[in-house]
Amino acid sequence: MRMNPADYKAYADSFSPPSKLWRNMLFAFVIGGGICVLGELLLTLFSTLGFEKDECATLNCISLIFLSALLTAFHLYDNIAKHAGAGTLVPITGFANAVVAPAIEFRPEGMVLGVGAKIFSIAGPVITYGIIASILAGLCYYLGGLL
Amino acid sequence: MNYLQAFITGGILCAIGQFLIDKTKLTPARILVTYVVAGVFLHLFGIYQPIVDWGGAGATVPLTGFGYSLAKGVEKAVAEQGFIGIFTGGLTATAGGIAAVILFAVVASILTKPKEK
Repeated sequence: MRMNPADYKAYADSFSPPSKLWRNMLFAFVIGGGICVLGELLLTLFSTLGFEKDECATLNCISLIFLSALLTAFHLYDNIAKHAGAGTLVPITGFANAVVAPAIEFRPEGMVLGVGAKIFSIAGPVITYGIIASILAGLCYYLGGLL
Repeated sequence: MNYLQAFITGGILCAIGQFLIDKTKLTPARILVTYVVAGVFLHLFGIYQPIVDWGGAGATVPLTGFGYSLAKGVEKAVAEQGFIGIFTGGLTATAGGIAAVILFAVVASILTKPKEK
């Protein structure tokens, strides 16, 4: 029997239990929530060390990115991601993983067109559209201020 | 209590992401882009700040928080510098994270070997 991929997916899905979505969402909730609790712990730590609120947020972001890079380098992040799905994708650690993993994978293709270019295969779109959106928002704030 | 609120807020944002992965054809890259852009506009419309006030890191650690930082940065820059702030605000606020991720990625690529396939 020949099927196109979409039909095959529908066919295969008809055999998987309906609870799969809920199970996936629960895993994403627990693991993603856990990563955010770690972020909250780091925020408390930096604020105890006497950093300003904005500095704490930046240090928190950098620390989580570092941890994610470390786990990615030891090929551990992908193992967690297999179970966590969006739980490890949506936090900033998932963004870091999406930058570090291709950097390691494409190292054999050279430092410029391997590492340098592939780093941005996912980060590029995120930064591009994030900045475009921020410019639109800035325009709104600017025009709002003129009124 | 802060930790519980962070857990709930971050958990919900990730569960929504999982729902989108399972129920739509959005790829992980598209989800990340959607989250960042959503974060920018949610802050512009004044919706995200209350979520950050309640959820703390639960709202700032997910990628919507990255969008929130972009929007907050541009809001501050426009207030302080006017027109030029539209261009400088977003990246200024997120420079630390972007610089860190590039540094760690390059260092990791030099120090580690790709996984054997």
